[in-house]
Amino acid sequence: MRPFKYTRVSDANAAARAVTANPNAEFLAGGTNILDLMKEDVERPNELVDLTRLNLADIKAGPNGGVTIGALAKNTDTANHPLIRKSYPLLTQAILAGASGQLRNMATNGGNLMQRTRCQYFYDTAMPCNKREPGTGCGAREGLNRIHAIFGWSEKCVATYPGDMANALYALEAQVRVRNASGRERSIPIVDFHRLPGDTPEKDNNLERGELIVAIDLPKSNFANNYYYLKVRDRASYAFALVAVAAALDMDGGRIRQARVVMGSVAHKPWRSREAEAALSGKPASEQTFRSASEAALAGAKPLAHNAYKIELGKRAVVRALMRAARLI
Amino acid sequence: MARYIGKEINRVDGVAKVTGRAKYAAEFRAPNLAYGFIVLGTVAKGTIKSIDTRDAEAAAGVIRIFTHLNAPKLGPKASHEQAPPRATEEQDKSFRALQSDRIFFNMQPVALVVAETYEQARYAARLVKVSYNAEKHTTDTEAVRDRGRFPSQGPPPKPRGNPEEAMKIAPVKIEAEYRIPIEHHNPMEPHAAVAVWQGDRLTMFDKSQEVYNVRKHLASSFNIPEANVQVISPYVGGAFGSSLRPNYYPALTAMAAREVRRPVKIVYTRTQMFTGHGHRPYTIQKVALGAERSGKLTAMVHEALHNTSTFEEFSDNTTGFTRQVYACPNLYAPQRITNTDLSTPTWMRAPGAVSGMFALESAMDELAYALKIDPLELRLINYAEKDPESGKPFSSKALRECYRLGAEKFGWKDRKFEPRSMRDGRLLVGWGTATGIWGAFQMPATARITFKANGTAHVASATSDIGPGTYTVITIIAAEYLGLKPEQVEFELGDSNFPRAPAQGGSWTTASVGSAVHGAALAITARLLEFANRDANSPLRGAAAADVEMLDGRLQLKNDTARFVNTAELMKRNGLGEITETFEAKPSQERRNYATLAHGAQFIEVKVDPDIGQVRVTRAIEVTACGRIINPKASHSQEIGGVVWGIGMALQEATEIDHRFGRIMNPNLQHYHVPVHADVHMIETIFVEEDDTVVNPLGVKGMGELGMVGIPAAIANAVFHATGKRIRDLPITPDKLL
Amino acid sequence: MEDNLDETSQPELSADEEALVKEMPALTDVGQARRTFLGQSLTSGVGLFALMLLEKEQALAALSAPADAVFAPAAAPENTIRIAMKVNGAAKTLELDSRVVLLDALRERLELTGTKKGCDQGQCGACTVLVDGRRVLSCLTLAATLEGREVTTIEGLARGEQLHPMQAAFIKYDGFQCGYCTPGQICSAVGLLEEARRGEASHVTENVTVNTTSLTDEEIRERMSGNICRCGAYPGIVAAIKEVHSGKETARTWRFVNDDELARVRKEWQTDETV
Repeated sequence: MRPFKYTRVSDANAAARAVTANPNAEFLAGGTNILDLMKEDVERPNELVDLTRLNLADIKAGPNGGVTIGALAKNTDTANHPLIRKSYPLLTQAILAGASGQLRNMATNGGNLMQRTRCQYFYDTAMPCNKREPGTGCGAREGLNRIHAIFGWSEKCVATYPGDMANALYALEAQVRVRNASGRERSIPIVDFHRLPGDTPEKDNNLERGELIVAIDLPKSNFANNYYYLKVRDRASYAFALVAVAAALDMDGGRIRQARVVMGSVAHKPWRSREAEAALSGKPASEQTFRSASEAALAGAKPLAHNAYKIELGKRAVVRALMRAARLI
Repeated sequence: MARYIGKEINRVDGVAKVTGRAKYAAEFRAPNLAYGFIVLGTVAKGTIKSIDTRDAEAAAGVIRIFTHLNAPKLGPKASHEQAPPRATEEQDKSFRALQSDRIFFNMQPVALVVAETYEQARYAARLVKVSYNAEKHTTDTEAVRDRGRFPSQGPPPKPRGNPEEAMKIAPVKIEAEYRIPIEHHNPMEPHAAVAVWQGDRLTMFDKSQEVYNVRKHLASSFNIPEANVQVISPYVGGAFGSSLRPNYYPALTAMAAREVRRPVKIVYTRTQMFTGHGHRPYTIQKVALGAERSGKLTAMVHEALHNTSTFEEFSDNTTGFTRQVYACPNLYAPQRITNTDLSTPTWMRAPGAVSGMFALESAMDELAYALKIDPLELRLINYAEKDPESGKPFSSKALRECYRLGAEKFGWKDRKFEPRSMRDGRLLVGWGTATGIWGAFQMPATARITFKANGTAHVASATSDIGPGTYTVITIIAAEYLGLKPEQVEFELGDSNFPRAPAQGGSWTTASVGSAVHGAALAITARLLEFANRDANSPLRGAAAADVEMLDGRLQLKNDTARFVNTAELMKRNGLGEITETFEAKPSQERRNYATLAHGAQFIEVKVDPDIGQVRVTRAIEVTACGRIINPKASHSQEIGGVVWGIGMALQEATEIDHRFGRIMNPNLQHYHVPVHADVHMIETIFVEEDDTVVNPLGVKGMGELGMVGIPAAIANAVFHATGKRIRDLPITPDKLL
Repeated sequence: MEDNLDETSQPELSADEEALVKEMPALTDVGQARRTFLGQSLTSGVGLFALMLLEKEQALAALSAPADAVFAPAAAPENTIRIAMKVNGAAKTLELDSRVVLLDALRERLELTGTKKGCDQGQCGACTVLVDGRRVLSCLTLAATLEGREVTTIEGLARGEQLHPMQAAFIKYDGFQCGYCTPGQICSAVGLLEEARRGEASHVTENVTVNTTSLTDEEIRERMSGNICRCGAYPGIVAAIKEVHSGKETARTWRFVNDDELARVRKEWQTDETV
């Protein structure tokens, strides 16, 4: 871990200003990812701007029947907040599928969106990685890539976004509210928050330098009754997903009015399948419908040498999640 | 009747452990302590071209940086930098850090930074720049499997009978190949050492399974008498074989401390552990079994091959127990090794046995299905009544009882033979079984007992307690034979100033050290009797040592407890504040007339979600025949541990190497998966005690390895029963079951 | 055979015990279980050996550096931060390099080595402590962020000479072997009980929209999955937590085969050659 200046700030604008002023400064919230990466010398800030004292942890009813969750609310508090459990239980499930009790007590919602990939080559500074060090090549492209992307990867990077919470936020069409050094706020639809790697895998998301996540706005949801977050992993808990599925259905009796299907750990960002959603819309909730949706969901997948299983697993996971969401099993 | 042996007794070190007072190696304080941080190399083979330490040396707090260019040479030259040692020379081939520019494996230590604080050392380590002349490397055992050779230790394997011919004519046969990836021990405590020099005397706090061996290693490293070195290791936070050898860090720590003239502490990072202490080797096994239609085995061929390093030979003895587990007249079970540019493998819990039995017991299951015979019945049909290898009788063997009682307890009769025939809702249910086997070893060990007139005893032996409960078990044995309560006994271990004990490995600690303590207790008894018999009026007058026992402050006749002397008074009369006896216990001659083995039958239930390939081990029953049980509570915990390790090996564990770079890519606990709470369900143990007077005076066989041996095979067999899929390459991850 | 820690016969808690229970908010709902584990002294079991090691350490502590001991060149400290926090109830003020995480502050600066370093990167749970009553990983908690916070470590759980009920329950159920992950397991378990009391859900909670305060074994396993025990002492840990949580004892899962059973099966295979 390189030496760094520790800066404590008391308001969001000051935080944004501090990071804008120093190109080598980073925000510190829960610390669960950045401190690990700093110990590994993957992240090398010379200044950490401590956000933990900012008053950005509220979870409250928002306009038009929605809910606003503060960027610095802890994952645990978000998952267990009565408003979330009642109206967005998919989000509760997704958050609780991730990490461990201790880590969820530390991790913040904003930080969770900023979580970086768990690609082994990214973590090991002796290995090539375009995300960590542009121009060095992608170690995983022709290497060990069992846990890597099947969608949207580029020759430069095949890493995945590893988080769980964001998969639910994609399904719920959340908006990420960010503020810059001059106090200007803007809202980014969550689907536009993370990026695909393309030629610039070093950029995980579309935040401008110094922009600070202040809140996540959830629109009114029709998915509080039929939802399921499925996480398939190598052990029963405390492991990253091989494939995750956030499924939500807006039901009209036995018919699907509207559906959301988002897959996790298959791409550089949560992978929302409009194709699957279209295949579900207006159809009766049945295993057959879900099977066609799963085919649609995985139709565009391009596997790497060691992760072709994710296509079949992805299909089955989509079916299973939808079956659970529809309460057919 | 035993007062304490066989009784449920809480760990005597329990309070120390639940309060955080138990001190592990890295936790000992020393004044002016400096912190070392190891720099690992980044190529798998070649030489170091140059090392630039200027930036690192300029970093705040840095005291000194050691590389092969300035590090003092350590002791007798290690094998990797010279010709093989002469046969007469004492051989310590273990890898020593910073001794030459040669790179033998990726993530080899290439520099050591010593700084005032941990943070400073860790940072400066990142500033050390190393360049290499890389050479072509081989880290993939598969790529060099045709270069397998027999280990140089021991005679080349000889077939029993004529396995080739028997296989040819066998009415039913199966043949399959099995693979086990490299696995790492991953004890929770990272390896650590604190070295303190006083002149040419060294005190070393270390994580060790054998303090005497570390002492010897350090003495030879620094060319000082062993008496000048004290190695202290009171608590070991798990080791599982990873601290059987000295590893490279203790000498490195002591070297740095000697050079900077200050105490130095080095703690491996989790990543450094992956090349810092060895691993379970990558093992390829081919098993062919031939049988009569009745199920009687007529031929067994079990060939194993695994990696070793280029500078040191390691053999896991993968096929050793194959020779002793089933009655079969024709057998060939060779073990081969092949060189790779990886660090040297080492023993890892149930070494060799669990790997070999995974293959053999999977193959037995395959044979059962080829024969359409119940897998458990097949094992009973081939039950070995005497040792098939030597023809000797077993000193005791209650394996048949284990099979029967386990089957009964598990409900095996309700098992439907066909795969995919049992369900629990949408989950597939599978029941599998396998045999566990391990040697009932005993090694020479010495213990010292000081019996005090105040009715307490102090016991010491330089053994270790890496978790099995040695503190408790030895306390129980001493209390039993000194007639004291456990709380009147204080047992110390983990200090090279104590009487010599073997490494804590091979499940031989209780048999070895326990026998020494037993012998020392009897020696105390005899001494007291001697003093008693000096008194012409002694109620014990004329009694032989074998006729008396100690109990609650009395020395009494076993068969007439009304005849006794009070030991406190006896000692007072003779002016004795305390008496001390040291006893060395060695394996008896009688053992040679027998095969001495521990056995177990292991039953597993899995539930498999066939859609998403998830396997849960929902029920495990260990039926264990390993002689006498000293403390069933801790023994049960050993069996639980064996099952959990079996779950890890069967379903989760694999060290992944990118062979292009020859580098381990998952040297951490986020990608190297070991079981967590949610993976572990009901685990039951049934002890079938054996009355074995041959193995050792206590009749104990040890069980730390035994409980794991059959589990991976039993799980794989249960997965086959559940799904119809025979997975021969571990681990059985969800992708393999789609 | 009797359990060593059987409940005593007194039906009511003494005033001291009541006070103790009040001081341990995680125990306010644990019913009879609290009685089982109260009153166990922690003086037993940390015996002579620990004392002798202490002597050894003290002897070493008296060593002064030789004249030729090498020290780093003195330099003005950089990035030093000053932190005032409470650790196990005691006020502590530390001047630290900004890079120091709580785990290293405890182990290397405060001589509180009960908190363990297992992986140093949030992947094992051995370093779990309570900060303001919530379980967190000290390896990923920058000490600088703790100004004004209250840290409780394993050393702060016992009350005077009395073990915390969770500590006693771990001993009763043999919920450890090597003991290294144990402090983290216990701190995590204490934090978990408080989370359960608040009705927090988990990944295995069937219906997350309703509060559940009663934990099944499956719930305990999931909620403890961030604490790895390589010895595999999981079943004992779950049993310990269950008893402190609900007062329910877990039946023993081992037994000896008795002579009658042995005689029966031996007779069976003499008369019957099939299974």
